[in-house]
Amino acid sequence: MSSFSEKMKKFKWKHYINYIVIGVLTVVFAIISAAGGLKSSSTILLEKIAISIVLAVSLSLVVGFLGELSLGHAGFMCIGAYLGGKVASLLVPVFGNGTVTMLIALFVGGGCAALLGFLVGLPALRLKGDYLAIVTLAFGEIVKVIFQQSKLFGGNLGLSTPNRPNRNTFFIVAFALVLFTLLIIQNLMRSKHGRAITAIRDNEIAARATGINVTKYKLVAFMISAFFAGIAGVMFSYTNSSVQAVKFGYNYSIEILVMVVLGGMGSINGAILSATLITILNEKLRTVLTGDLAVLKDLLYALILIVIVIYNNAPALKGFREKYNFRNLVAKIWHPKNDPSIVKDDAASWDKVPTKIKMDEILSVDLKVGNEFTPDKPSKGDK
Amino acid sequence: MSEYILETKNLGISFGGLKASQNVNLKIKEKQIYGLIGPNGAGKTTVFNMLTGVYLPTEGDFFLCGESLKGLHQEAINRKGIARTFQNIRLFNNMTVVRNVMVGLSNQPEYNCSLFDSFFRLPRHFRVEKAMRERAKEILDIFGLLDERNNLACNLPYGKQRKLEIARALATKPRLLLLDEPAAGMNQSETAELMDTIRLIRDKFDMTILLIEHDMKFVSGLCDEITVLNFGTMLATGTAEEVLRNPEVVRAYLGN
Repeated sequence: MSSFSEKMKKFKWKHYINYIVIGVLTVVFAIISAAGGLKSSSTILLEKIAISIVLAVSLSLVVGFLGELSLGHAGFMCIGAYLGGKVASLLVPVFGNGTVTMLIALFVGGGCAALLGFLVGLPALRLKGDYLAIVTLAFGEIVKVIFQQSKLFGGNLGLSTPNRPNRNTFFIVAFALVLFTLLIIQNLMRSKHGRAITAIRDNEIAARATGINVTKYKLVAFMISAFFAGIAGVMFSYTNSSVQAVKFGYNYSIEILVMVVLGGMGSINGAILSATLITILNEKLRTVLTGDLAVLKDLLYALILIVIVIYNNAPALKGFREKYNFRNLVAKIWHPKNDPSIVKDDAASWDKVPTKIKMDEILSVDLKVGNEFTPDKPSKGDK
Repeated sequence: MSEYILETKNLGISFGGLKASQNVNLKIKEKQIYGLIGPNGAGKTTVFNMLTGVYLPTEGDFFLCGESLKGLHQEAINRKGIARTFQNIRLFNNMTVVRNVMVGLSNQPEYNCSLFDSFFRLPRHFRVEKAMRERAKEILDIFGLLDERNNLACNLPYGKQRKLEIARALATKPRLLLLDEPAAGMNQSETAELMDTIRLIRDKFDMTILLIEHDMKFVSGLCDEITVLNFGTMLATGTAEEVLRNPEVVRAYLGN
């Protein structure tokens, strides 16, 4: 028994908290749904949230962990939605609209997106920063236009895809896919491969000199990210039961990017949270502002985003943020005795170093010891 | 297997019409500490960049243990056994100290672990992670960085960052270690400590070391053999006393 309690102590809750929270919430909603307490609009909202989370988490792999700006995420999602949806509608007569069809559609949608991620990434990942962003942006638009023009996929009218097998329980499938996404991406980031990817973000030159195959890891990250975008696309095609290419413009790519940036670069939990909130916000604005007020939707959405970004970054609000920080509030409830918002002396962080040291004192101490004054050489970049 | 760990034959590179480096002939024996000195702009770092695959030499060739490495990618050259540090420190700043070293370890065959193993955290993943962490701790212990292992690399003081960079380079198990101005910006006591560390590396890892340095006291106290570069060409080669007595070297440093 004691070994069990020791194991519980060693168990790193921090690493599993998101699985637990999502799992528990899904079960709770499943129970509510079984009791008939969930409107169909609510289940659709839950599905949309799940899709957003998969998109945000997969994009955060490229933007947050690999450190490359990709604006073509909606393009990969588009491929998944169209190809997955097409395969599903072809397979429904054979296997029926059930699990087998869905699994094959997910696999095809994700796989094709990953394959295209490989083909695009191979030349594009030689570029950096803004240039890569432009190429991926162009890629997303090309994909959109191709699907819009091809008769096989319904052209401008869009492709009608099979509906959800079960309207009331599909959100459980969607959240199972969220958990799968989290499993793969978090496990990747907590392995030696994940370390290599963050090493590339931190210093590509040093990563190369340390023997890391930069091209390989960039491609791996790009392909995994594209794979899950494809999966999100298939989920989207099931939820909407039709796919229109217009939906996957660069606006959507940027919306996903906003989710990642708001959640904090390189934070998976942040991406999950902000994807959830932004999706709910979007949906609420859409349903509340009807009729003439609908024009205000984008305006309000943008204003709220601006306020959030300023709140998160304004130096003047730093003290306020630290005091009412989510983590600190939780800690206060958990352990009321050691309040982390009261900074102890020994726990002073690097930015709380006393700044009013007199320059003369430092210099005189140096000279007293008899050290020769050797100015640091200005560091030159490696030529 | 050739007699020399590193041998360069007429190594040179020109950028357009500018000959940044030419006719560099280095012969470095096993377990030697070899110094590369010269005035600013003499092409020392250029030689390092050619040896590590950053630049493709336009002339000549270089051999590690008799095997030509010219034309290989940086990561391939690292795997063949040349590791380096940088003049301006390049660490993985947002990663902890122990992880910096673990990145260096990740290429070795004994820590091989496929993507599939990592995705599903199969037993192999845990085994490899544990072994890597242990090995990284051993290496950090040698450099006296064990207590700092969970700090972010960017929060380390300057001297320790230098040491960590060397530790990371050593983690890749090189046969030849290139140090680009390891003592730059250090005070006297730190420099003395660094000299001991470099000797320790040579003895403990049986390492051959090629280093660039400006501090003559550092170089003459440490290096078995020295090559002086000026304007991209070799001026003199020999032990510290021989080189410092060479009139051409004196002229290059002090003028006529």
